[in-house]
Amino acid sequence: MSAHEQFAEDLALHALGALQGEERIALLRHLDTCSECRQELAQLQGDMALMAMASSGPKPPQRSRQRLLDAIAKEPRTSPASDARSRFNWWAAFGWAAAAAMFLVVVQVRRENSLLRESVSNLAQMTGAQTVELANARRSLDALTAPETQIITLSTAKSPPRPQGKAFYLRDRNSLVFVAGNLPQLPPDKIYELWLFPPTGSPIAAGLFKPDAKGNATIVNPPGLPAGVEAKAFAVTLEPATGPHDAPRGTGVMQGGA
Amino acid sequence: MSSADVKAALPDTALVSAIRGGDQTAMAEVYDRYSSVVYSVALRVLGDTGAAEDVQQDIFMQLWRNPDAFDASRGNLGAWLAVISRNRSIDALRKRRPESAVEDVVLSVVPDMVGDADRSRFAEKVRGLLGAMPSAQRSALEMAYYEGLTHTEIAAKTGEPLGTIKTRIRAGLTALRKAFQS
Repeated sequence: MSAHEQFAEDLALHALGALQGEERIALLRHLDTCSECRQELAQLQGDMALMAMASSGPKPPQRSRQRLLDAIAKEPRTSPASDARSRFNWWAAFGWAAAAAMFLVVVQVRRENSLLRESVSNLAQMTGAQTVELANARRSLDALTAPETQIITLSTAKSPPRPQGKAFYLRDRNSLVFVAGNLPQLPPDKIYELWLFPPTGSPIAAGLFKPDAKGNATIVNPPGLPAGVEAKAFAVTLEPATGPHDAPRGTGVMQGGA
Repeated sequence: MSSADVKAALPDTALVSAIRGGDQTAMAEVYDRYSSVVYSVALRVLGDTGAAEDVQQDIFMQLWRNPDAFDASRGNLGAWLAVISRNRSIDALRKRRPESAVEDVVLSVVPDMVGDADRSRFAEKVRGLLGAMPSAQRSALEMAYYEGLTHTEIAAKTGEPLGTIKTRIRAGLTALRKAFQS
């Protein structure tokens, strides 16, 4: 179908002059904006012409030809120039009226433009402040998580480096960043797993990780962490590499209370 | 070759240009070409020779007064006059003021027919297509076309649902188109 489905049948009725009331008004409105339906209407009027051309009957009486010729002889065609003169004043009046209407429209548009410019300026200021905040937050997160971040563990002299981890947990925003260092390298079938221990109930898996060549690792906002859970402690265990797991069953590597 | 012979050889667009310049013989040639179809349509709708003659006179006078109303890019002259004849006749039948301006009649797809033989063959083909339609569809289409009934009036007259009438009318018109395009 080439026309809009909802108007297809109304178009046929309109072509026949058989559409009335609100349906006709709705269709005329639609035709103002839809070239596809105007084209379909032309097709339907062409179909009407097919029917009209099929009509056959007696020829018109001979007198009707003379009647027409007499009538046109009494109405010689006016020249385009005189037509233009007779229409001139109307067009001029219309032009002035259109100009006055356009002036009022321009005043209103300028006023609305001014208000819009003010709104855009306010929005630009807000956007600028948020951009600065976002850049600061991103820089802080990079310092914690970027591979090139220097992580220096300070300890008392002569003590051997031991695995260490820090969990930054913001319960209200469901955000968790975990940074670990000095982790021993793992065999291929093993993986570290971080656990969140709530005050009651079972521990919750908070992410799998493997250390890099220097023994460092990070977890940022692990997927699947339930929202709003209070943390009593965090722990890291060594688990089979087929995680995540529903409960810690492997060897404990480190732990810390909140 | 007489002036009338020259006119008879001109295409419709050239005749309309001549009418625009006030050439009365061009108007007579247009009448000779298309008065039959204009009158036939009006007579079929109105069923009265006097009323049909008045409609025909009115249509040709409109063309004389405002030849620019016909736009050759919108369809051929004969088909355009035939549709206007049908619309004006329906207006006369229903005793209402003309509802559509002649400028609003935009046609497409209608084949151009130069001579009487073309028009006769064409009319025969359309009548054949109408005759081959299911009777309920042809009846709905003819009531809308020749009697100027609205779909509501046809539904009331036939006892059929409104939606069915709408569908039949549209299907009838498009069936004609498809038959001519094939």
